[in-house]
Amino acid sequence: MSGISRWLRSLLAGERARNQETALDGEDDGRPAVTREAVLQPQEMAEVNVQASRLLDVFEVGWRTDTGMVRDHNEDAVYVFTGQLDAIESPSAFGLFMVADGMGGQAGGEEASALALRSAAGQLIRDIYVPLLSGAERGSEQPAMGDVVRQAAESANAAVGRNLPGSGTTLTYGLVAGSRLFVGHVGDSRAYLLRGAAAPRVLTQDHSLVRRLVDVGQLTEAEAAVHPQRNVLYRAVGQPETLDVDVTTLPLESGDQLLLCSDGLWNMVDEAEIQSIVTSSGDAQTACDELVAAANAAGGDDNISVVLVGMNFN
Amino acid sequence: MVEHNRNLGADTDANPSQADRGGEPVARPRRGLSRWLRVPLTVEAAADGGVTREEPPSPAPQTISPAPADAASAPAPELPSGPVGDPLGTRQVTPKKPEPSPEGLLSVGVLLQSRYKILGVIGIGGMGAVYKAQDLRFPGVVRLCAVKEMMNTATDPEVRKMIVRSFEREASILATLSHPATPQIYDYFTEGSRSYLVLEFIDGMDLGVRIAETEGFFPEALVVDWATQLCDVLTYLHNHKPRPIIFRDLNPSNIMLDPHGRIRLVDFGIAKLFQSGEKGTTIGTEGYTPPEQYRGVAEPRGDVYALGATMHHLLSKQDPRLEPPFSFKERPIHQTNPTVSREVVSVIEKSLEYDINERWGSAEEFRRALLSVPSAKGLAGSMGDTTNFLGPDVVKPLWRFACEDEVRGSVTVANEIVLAPSYDHNVYALEVDDGRFLWKYATDGGVGSSPTVADGMVVFGSTDGVIYSVDLMDGHLMWTAGTKGRVFSTATPHLDHFFIGSDDGKLYAIHSRSGRKAWEYAAESGIRSRPFVDDHLVLFSCHEGLVYALSLSRELKWRFQARRGILASPVLSEGLVLIGSLDWNFYALDSRSGWTAWKYRTGGPIASTAAVCGDLVIFGSADGYIYALEASGGRMVWRYRTEGQVTGSVTTYEDAIYVGGVDGALYCLDTRAGTLRWRYQTDGPITGAAFADDGVVYFGSGDHYVYALPA
Repeated sequence: MSGISRWLRSLLAGERARNQETALDGEDDGRPAVTREAVLQPQEMAEVNVQASRLLDVFEVGWRTDTGMVRDHNEDAVYVFTGQLDAIESPSAFGLFMVADGMGGQAGGEEASALALRSAAGQLIRDIYVPLLSGAERGSEQPAMGDVVRQAAESANAAVGRNLPGSGTTLTYGLVAGSRLFVGHVGDSRAYLLRGAAAPRVLTQDHSLVRRLVDVGQLTEAEAAVHPQRNVLYRAVGQPETLDVDVTTLPLESGDQLLLCSDGLWNMVDEAEIQSIVTSSGDAQTACDELVAAANAAGGDDNISVVLVGMNFN
Repeated sequence: MVEHNRNLGADTDANPSQADRGGEPVARPRRGLSRWLRVPLTVEAAADGGVTREEPPSPAPQTISPAPADAASAPAPELPSGPVGDPLGTRQVTPKKPEPSPEGLLSVGVLLQSRYKILGVIGIGGMGAVYKAQDLRFPGVVRLCAVKEMMNTATDPEVRKMIVRSFEREASILATLSHPATPQIYDYFTEGSRSYLVLEFIDGMDLGVRIAETEGFFPEALVVDWATQLCDVLTYLHNHKPRPIIFRDLNPSNIMLDPHGRIRLVDFGIAKLFQSGEKGTTIGTEGYTPPEQYRGVAEPRGDVYALGATMHHLLSKQDPRLEPPFSFKERPIHQTNPTVSREVVSVIEKSLEYDINERWGSAEEFRRALLSVPSAKGLAGSMGDTTNFLGPDVVKPLWRFACEDEVRGSVTVANEIVLAPSYDHNVYALEVDDGRFLWKYATDGGVGSSPTVADGMVVFGSTDGVIYSVDLMDGHLMWTAGTKGRVFSTATPHLDHFFIGSDDGKLYAIHSRSGRKAWEYAAESGIRSRPFVDDHLVLFSCHEGLVYALSLSRELKWRFQARRGILASPVLSEGLVLIGSLDWNFYALDSRSGWTAWKYRTGGPIASTAAVCGDLVIFGSADGYIYALEASGGRMVWRYRTEGQVTGSVTTYEDAIYVGGVDGALYCLDTRAGTLRWRYQTDGPITGAAFADDGVVYFGSGDHYVYALPA
């Protein structure tokens, strides 16, 4: 019998459970009754203590935003927020990481990207983080987190449309609650999940014309990268029609890294190089600095923004 | 779908320098939010020379109609249009484009060439306006005409000349055309920095306006008639000598209906002479433009696509400009207008193939296809779903076995034996191949739970309150475990234990070999569902709507309260607990914390357990639908309407799903598309889940039978 299964069996027979009414039989393996009072061995105690362990540095975050080599000002914007509850209860880490790439309009894209971030971040903190802190009961009265993630982008859309007509922005954000990631997304900035040695897995779909042409087999990726209309979006925050926001969720594992970036990065640096830079950098901030440098070295055609978050749930 | 500040080569024969400069102009093209920053393209616009234009959207110019403008963006009415009875009113359809600066519009009364008196503006296009005018050459009568104006704003004299040449070419093309659907051209001239084209005035409204102003759907026969007229004029254009003309910007706004209901084409602005191999760079109105036009390929089959896109919009009222580009396959006409005949739908689908070689080979072929559909002949077409439909009498059971009472629970198959619970107190064991009776075990109550097989034994509960374990091969009793309530729950085997709940409110962990209770956990109400158990988690739902998550040592990790009761069993996938409630919602809960990741509201209580296949979670609701949602986000991928409530749980097998309804039918649907493959009708409600294995699907019905059908 393996060590683990023995541990599990003793848990089944063990005393840790609360809310019990009757003393119950342990494993029936023919041994005398005294073994029913299964006392947890020291090794097992240590493993149980993992649950009660304290949270330290769940997130290791780096970020950088840069004008690039060609543009004369930076219309990208970045937002980072983390909160960790360090107490004897189930993990309450919270992180919010956001990238926006503004464009067009009289006001200039930089106002649109900033407004979108402030609006969405405010709503997510108010409608997800604050209720989490106050320990709401789990039930159908709670709004689903995915719905709030969606609504944050919808309100950002209304805010930009109302205050900065004629301008727009992409909006891509990751919200980490406990160990679950939610991604909200509109536009052609991207979110990637880096897990172990696997190739970076893109979590978002570009809302661009050339992406659709590639999807229906009319352009190759290589053609898309140099297509004259490669910057044309069919969906962006600030549009007058109702916004269709992509929301996805997945469970995170310790060691995972979330990378958010504007097209100023992924248009210039391919995924293999992104992975290699992240893996070889000692920490998240260095990795971000190196990624921006790589994009600039490749031409820096656009503003470059990148946020990299490493998760540690142990 | 084009950038606001275009980086387009000019017309190929004019200014080669832009196109083959090798890189891009220093003034980088800005991102285009095409739907509402773009201005419509014409040849004249392209000949702008690629200069970066900062055109702030301006409010509606006062010379247009006083109709209220949408506050969010300025209205930009389309080309020649005007509602009947309102000669100067300009339509503001869906305000999407801010128009260019209003300075320089001609006022009423201005005389051009001492002959054409401007009566008003009837449209604004990319490079200028279209006016309604009176030709004073004809005294004593009001001879109307349309005057199309082009502002030549180029500063470079070479570019200016090129623009004028393009304009004159357009005029010449039009002058050679002679077809009922093409506009007559009367005159053209240039005054200073503006060029003018004098055309036949068409009193009518364009189809873009018609779509906006018509409530409900157009009759299919009418749309087919318009389309055949359009095919006719396209054929004429495509056969033009010396070189074919590709219209290249076919869309509802460029198609007018005259007072006699005849189709008239307008705006030949980007109609370009087709020269094989020529890579034009101007692009038509997004949404209707074929994909190859973005690669610079313009040929007659592109007009076929644009006509198909126009028909799709007319029949379904789904505006392709508001949807992701090239998404016609994901947005079938039937999604919004199920009354369109299958024949017409498939003709349109062929015209909308992204691969140019898969489309109708010509407008003439398209026209012949349209003329052969029933509605073109005044007959009704075929309705409904076409794919893979087998009528009920095509699926024949391999065998069926009669129990003495309803089979309400789910059947299970193991070791070539089918196990079926019946309300006649028995669990039956039948031979897999022919349904031959092997043994049965009688309890003292109805068996509403479903049998579970593990370790060579069959475990199930009964309404007599007892949990039974009998030998799989011969049905002899191995052990029993008593509870204080009826047992409807289904056991889950894990780590040499069976986990099962009872109406007495307890979840029991029973040692498999001995039948001794290892532990029990008291919940707030009866447990009738199947628990989920793995190495980290014990999940179960109880009757009054609570979902519990325990560690294996029975420590409560979290619990979740739905608004109403829960009869379904929890399913775990990718860290999400998936479960529906009688409160009409389907929930996805984070398994570690119990927080709601997403939820989906159906039209009725959900009693059935879901099944997961890839990223799809599939379940039935009492509102009659079978839903397939994206597990990673909760978005509906498809739903299928049955004839009654769906309370049975879903079974997935290979690429199909099986689920029974209260209407007595077992449905087999394609997992990916949600289309019906077949249905098999029984005489009693199907409330349990089917079991599929080795090409056969087994299930029980309220008509007392256990069935085996080919999967």
